[in-house]
Amino acid sequence: MTKKHIDEISGVETTGHEWDGIRELNNPMPRWWVITFYLCIIWAVGYMILYPAWPLINSATSGVLGYSSRAENAAEMAIAASEKSEYVDRIAQMPVEEISQHPDLLQFAMAGGSAAFKVNCVQCHGSGAQGAPGYPNLNDDDWLWGGDVNAIHQTIAHGVRYDGDDDSRFSEMPAFKDLLEPAEVRQVASYVYSLTGEPADVALVAPGKQVFADNCAACHGEDAKGDVDFGAPNLADAIWFYGASENEIAAQIAKPKHGVMPAWTGRLGDPVIKQLAVFIHSLGGGQ
Amino acid sequence: MKFGVETIIVGIGAFLALLAAAFAQDKAFESHMWVLFFVLLCAVVVLLRRSSFTTAGAVSADADTSGYFDEVVKYGVVATVAWGIVGFLVGVIVASQLAFPDLNIEPWFNFGRVRPLHTSAVVFAFGGNALIATSLYVVQRTTRARLFGGNLAWFVFWGYQLFIVMAATGYLLGITESREYAEPEWYVDIWLTIVWVAYLVVFLGTLMRRKEPHIYVANWFYLAFIVTIAMLHIVNNLSMPVSFLGAKSYSAFSGVQDALTQWWYGHNAVGFFLTAGFLGMMYYFIPKQVGRPVYSYRLSIIHFWALIFLYIWAGPHHLHYTALPDWAQTLGMAFSIMLWMPSWGGMINGLMTLSGAWDKIRTDPIVRMMVISVAFYGMSTFEGPVMSIKAVNSLSHYTDWTIGHVHSGALGWVGMITFGAVYFLVPKLWHRERLYSLRMINWHFWLATLGIVVYAAVMWVAGIQQGLMWREYDDQGFLVYSFAETVAAMRPYYILRTVGGLLYLAGGLVMGFNVLMTILGHVREETPIPGSQPVMQPAQ
Repeated sequence: MTKKHIDEISGVETTGHEWDGIRELNNPMPRWWVITFYLCIIWAVGYMILYPAWPLINSATSGVLGYSSRAENAAEMAIAASEKSEYVDRIAQMPVEEISQHPDLLQFAMAGGSAAFKVNCVQCHGSGAQGAPGYPNLNDDDWLWGGDVNAIHQTIAHGVRYDGDDDSRFSEMPAFKDLLEPAEVRQVASYVYSLTGEPADVALVAPGKQVFADNCAACHGEDAKGDVDFGAPNLADAIWFYGASENEIAAQIAKPKHGVMPAWTGRLGDPVIKQLAVFIHSLGGGQ
Repeated sequence: MKFGVETIIVGIGAFLALLAAAFAQDKAFESHMWVLFFVLLCAVVVLLRRSSFTTAGAVSADADTSGYFDEVVKYGVVATVAWGIVGFLVGVIVASQLAFPDLNIEPWFNFGRVRPLHTSAVVFAFGGNALIATSLYVVQRTTRARLFGGNLAWFVFWGYQLFIVMAATGYLLGITESREYAEPEWYVDIWLTIVWVAYLVVFLGTLMRRKEPHIYVANWFYLAFIVTIAMLHIVNNLSMPVSFLGAKSYSAFSGVQDALTQWWYGHNAVGFFLTAGFLGMMYYFIPKQVGRPVYSYRLSIIHFWALIFLYIWAGPHHLHYTALPDWAQTLGMAFSIMLWMPSWGGMINGLMTLSGAWDKIRTDPIVRMMVISVAFYGMSTFEGPVMSIKAVNSLSHYTDWTIGHVHSGALGWVGMITFGAVYFLVPKLWHRERLYSLRMINWHFWLATLGIVVYAAVMWVAGIQQGLMWREYDDQGFLVYSFAETVAAMRPYYILRTVGGLLYLAGGLVMGFNVLMTILGHVREETPIPGSQPVMQPAQ
């Protein structure tokens, strides 16, 4: 079997075996290949000595460098926190409305609030804070619970209709399908719509105004301009929360939807919430 | 009856599927058992129509026990081409879904269900059929022995197709174990285990009755692939069904142990399915097509054992900077670095086998296909160790760079070497003088290569941009981008990626047409590729 066989083209000896016409040359392994392989092994062994590598019974070798990815992460986070600590500490000591009086703090709070917004708020309010049906637009000057920086801070810190926070903003409009006749719901929807638009049936507006005065004005006001103390929306502007058609307004009167916003205090901490309040207050609609 | 026993067994299977559907504990299992019932019913009808009703015991005229058992290989080659086209098509669909989210059609065709359909179709249906078909061809030729086990090879082939159909329909019905590249539920896993053991028996049995004293290197790789995949499949899928008449099961592992088990499986599916198996393919088809000896026997031994030993430890590099303990991350990275040269051993042996016949890259489109395949193999097995380095991984992890890496390996290496093998096999298996068209191989080559280059380049840019955007901090130490902004930034790349996939699919269709015409016995009138005509005397 080991009869010598030389490949004619390369002049290299083959192993003497043949499978379905395939032979194998007896070339040595390329030197660069062998050397690189050894270098990789040496490097790997060195790496395994320096870093945690080998499992033991209840632990693992910790490596000469004593490295741990958790410690590395904690150290990086500590450095990042210490670089910000000067500003963060001052913000923590300060009422939120005073931040804007310090240009350096204002700049920091705007950057921090913007970053926190991108991670925590865009999911509902949109990456441009433009909102969506059921999620308020934060760029306009229509505020359900008040648009000054303190009110915004309060809303972010404690949320809206959030079960886990006793200071959460709370309001609940009753379902008027239980209190009004369907015709009355249509009338009041026409009236509300007529404040900013052209209702389909003008004849409904006058009786609707009466229904409104009897049932709605207590919270939304005689002039329908709402009341931030109750979280009652302004109905006399053209900004609608759950849809801008008469039908959608009627549906919201008959059986209102109520959104929930979580309280962020426990999650983000007060300095970040102050930064968020400053940032959102700056978006354009702040009062 | 020619297929009496088989028909009865499949018929009983269909009846059991019907019973399982009737007593199913959940809606998904019921639907899936109906699918199984109809598939097996069709099989019974086909078997009945093929029966020749000769007297039992009479020797059938077309019985052939002398030569090689190639009929099953023919089916395997056709299945490879067909599933390949399906897999590429589904790939284009999922790529489009990422670029145009409106294409997500609830519930059966949303991305979450179609993505595993794509990965399983290309890895297991296309790649698996290619490996089974070529291994059964190669092992016979290189041992000079007929396949062991007679009709067992048919069971392997049809059993494997049943596995594919059950896996694919299960995904669309929402039945999944949520284990990457191992999504089928427990009953499909059990079926695959049975089929795989039969495959091992056929392959090993053929090796044991070999007439060659030595075992050829291609068979080492095929055997390593078959044995390791069996081990990986069984361990990764250890789970407890909620009910033996229900689709849901729970894994034996949990938490980070589960994550590590899944990536031990996932990485070695790449290592032993998509690397070792296809290296087996390379070691036979490249020397055959080129007509030159393998470059170095010694290199083949060393790189085989180094590859087999080192690959199995590299899985933890998929879990850098996670809850996985640091020591496991270190080992995963160190073994990945050591794996670089053993992987490249295969590339060297593949490329250097062309020494003395380099001109064939110019004149033989099949050789060109095989060479670019090995080149992509070399590139992605270099990229892999680089990405396993923790510092690099902290940028590349979770980005589309990973997707690009996988596809340069899958489209470039696995796809191209398979196309080369298919073009080699089809004329031989169907006894045609040559393929329908050699120039169409050239078209396939350029469409596929262009598709891969577009795909991989776009995903590199996309992935690196994505990674940089995620870690972008402003000078006050705050994150600059929201996640949604990084998603929006990917849109142009996702559209371009779809274009790359379309090119690759177009190449696949050209191959499908070429193979079909060859099988039908047609030969295209075309001017030969310059230099490809056989020369009577070696130019000297």
